[in-house]
Amino acid sequence: MDRRSFLLQTAALGCSAAASPLLTPVAFADAPGDNRLVVIILRGGMDGIDALRPLGDPAFAALRPGLHTGDHIDLDGFWGLHPGLEALLPLWQAGEVGAVQATSTPYRGKRSHFDGQDILEAGILRTGGDPSGWLNRLLTTLPGAQAETAYAIGREQMAILSGPASVSRWSPDADLRLSGQAQRLLELVYHDDPLFRDAASQAIEIAALVKEQDLVAEDDPATMSMMEAVQSSGVHVNLAEFAAARLRGETRIASFSLGGWDTHQNQKYSLTRSLRRLSDTILTLRAQLGPVWDKTAVLCLTEFGRTAFENGTQGTDHGTGGAMLYAGGAMRGGMVGGAWPGLDEAALFERRDVLPTSDVRALVGWVIRGMFGTAASDIESVVFPDLDLGDDPGLLL
Amino acid sequence: MTFDPTLAAVRFGTGLSPRFTRPVGVESILTDLSGPDEIREAIAIAGFNDAKPSHATVTWMDRAAKAALETPDEAQAMQAREVVRDQVRVVRRQHHLATIGRALDAPLGLRERLVAFWADHFTVVRRPFQTAHLVTSFVEDAIRPHVTGSFAAMLRGVVTHPMMLIYLQQTRSTGPDSPVGQQRNLGLNENLARELLELHLLGVDGQYSQADVRELAELLTGLSYTDRRGFFYDPNRAEPGGETVVGLPFGADATLDNVLEAMDILAILPGTAEHLAWKMAVHFVSDDPDDDLVAAMAEGFGADGDLMGMTAAMLRHPAAWTPQRDKVRTPQQFITAGLRALGVTGNAVMAIDQKLYQQMLTRPLSLMGQPWETPIGPDGWPEDAESWIIPQGMAGRISWAMQLPRRIVTDLPDPREFVDHALGSLAGEDVRFAAAAAENRAEGVGVVLASAAFQRR
Repeated sequence: MDRRSFLLQTAALGCSAAASPLLTPVAFADAPGDNRLVVIILRGGMDGIDALRPLGDPAFAALRPGLHTGDHIDLDGFWGLHPGLEALLPLWQAGEVGAVQATSTPYRGKRSHFDGQDILEAGILRTGGDPSGWLNRLLTTLPGAQAETAYAIGREQMAILSGPASVSRWSPDADLRLSGQAQRLLELVYHDDPLFRDAASQAIEIAALVKEQDLVAEDDPATMSMMEAVQSSGVHVNLAEFAAARLRGETRIASFSLGGWDTHQNQKYSLTRSLRRLSDTILTLRAQLGPVWDKTAVLCLTEFGRTAFENGTQGTDHGTGGAMLYAGGAMRGGMVGGAWPGLDEAALFERRDVLPTSDVRALVGWVIRGMFGTAASDIESVVFPDLDLGDDPGLLL
Repeated sequence: MTFDPTLAAVRFGTGLSPRFTRPVGVESILTDLSGPDEIREAIAIAGFNDAKPSHATVTWMDRAAKAALETPDEAQAMQAREVVRDQVRVVRRQHHLATIGRALDAPLGLRERLVAFWADHFTVVRRPFQTAHLVTSFVEDAIRPHVTGSFAAMLRGVVTHPMMLIYLQQTRSTGPDSPVGQQRNLGLNENLARELLELHLLGVDGQYSQADVRELAELLTGLSYTDRRGFFYDPNRAEPGGETVVGLPFGADATLDNVLEAMDILAILPGTAEHLAWKMAVHFVSDDPDDDLVAAMAEGFGADGDLMGMTAAMLRHPAAWTPQRDKVRTPQQFITAGLRALGVTGNAVMAIDQKLYQQMLTRPLSLMGQPWETPIGPDGWPEDAESWIIPQGMAGRISWAMQLPRRIVTDLPDPREFVDHALGSLAGEDVRFAAAAAENRAEGVGVVLASAAFQRR
């Protein structure tokens, strides 16, 4: 190959890049619907019955002598909100935040974070086999979905969005500046390696796109005043801001994860910190989404709940049934849903964990159905194969 | 599929370097690996007991600062704590740079790769300030001496090391029927027991149950650490009576010897051998490794858990030399290999200042998804190429390749020669062309380092 033929060849590549689904403006006209779904993965296993304490359950206090400290906010006489979620109380009262208790994926047994997260993101009870994530499979059912339709945000891969449908991946702190010649040479050295070619071309395209969109973004007074409720700063706020910026545009689905939930020790402090971060993440989304918030569902999913009893180090160990917190103007909040199995020893799963009374995938499936009009048959065969959707839990307005 | 000197340096070493000749064969690699650990002597990293500031100093300063809150001594205590925290940051940087320095100065770097692999296998994550400089010390104490020795010895070292006991919260796990447990109504913390079975020994698909996790947690009670006493065995916290883990009965007396003997037995279970062989083959060779390679490695591990035997079996197996390069370099491996290809010496990298350290390592590693010694959990870093080669990670890799070499090396090499330094026989026509077609040296070097050919191993 000589320089001339190289330049000719890359000129041709340049044309095909311009026709890529990511950058073609006309593609945006057909974005699937107007609703937005944000899925936040809480990695580590959030303790559902500490986030929302079943005060009315006669067994609760004795199981958790060090964690049930009376500093909760009483919601309805039975459920108490963890003080770390206090900043969400106004949203709870406005019906924009709620929870479902005693739910889980179908994962049982070894209580591994990593298998638990794999199953949560795959949406299938299996390890190995089809490596796709359920949010990605959802995209394959949405007419008009483009790479821009869904964003995996943060430095991690986010298996929930891996699969056959094109998605966008980016981290708020990422950046890429290249000369035109360097870009052409990189296209050449990645040309024969699809993994590198796709990741690099998307990096180049998204870096340019994000810069352009950020230039036109403006802070309106309502957003500024809502942001005053956000007490912390850090990665979680940056993730939420980035997600909101994309969702205000053509993006319909965004997913990112928050850590800090594996509270084996001194849970009183560690969970408070993590719940405050989660509260600020949700408040940031609400502030930055503006009017789009009314069309938004935010689902906070975790790989499992924790033991019903406190362990020997003022924390809790890996359990089974947990809670799904949710938020958004499209959701019916202000309530704790799910059939409550009770904490009596005989009612516990394997005499240690909260017994799951629902499959969290069914809760998610009904939200998807309402938000995107996805057919029940697609949800039960494509998004969550082998799931029985069951009855509508009524989480959407 | 036979031995290839370039592949040896790329797949099993820390990368090609113009400073070193390539190895001549598998047996000479193994002979070198069996010899003394010279680079450890040449470039020092402090162990847990020798590191300054010590864990005791850091925790003491923390406590003093907290105790002085809202007293007249507050400002002084806070300042004293900040001085110690600054020292921690400096030592953390020195340990990181020494780790890279070793990988740059080792002729092949196989031992450095083994140390990194086993350190990841037994992942310990720091506490933000208190132990930020001590993860490297843990690796130096508990991992490095054993990478060519016995797995049981490594396991003993790990379960008695303060850093593992702190990280997986073993120090306060208490037998419910032990004297302390009875007196103060305390109980178990399952964390270390679970990760031992799931990650370190049998693997999550291994033959164990929640009941085994519980029994092992009871067996491990008594392993203790305080910053004053260091590691010790506390019989007052140990659960009395024998425990049965994966069908094996372990000593009825709650003693340290019984815990360590249990480790010796769990370390050499066939299920452990299979899991470790598979994991090591995945790390070095392929995300979907050849069954026969894994079986040979498990056999090399043998009935006594011989890590040298397992490494030798890997290198002697033809499947280890497949020309197909499925694996990609992790960000840390990528930066190290880039510096090696540029001919940077250990001394040069250990002399960089705080600012360049931030620009060259701290920030780029975070952007590429691998902040130094800070994986999310005890399962360590992902292995599969798909986890690393995502747009945001590629943005970090490309930016490093294009911008950093010129800040470290005063005279950048001619990109056409650099292709040979960095890739040797692995360079395809596309990379050679791109290196020659670049508008300037920085972009020429950058495009070689950013190429898929260089990122894969």
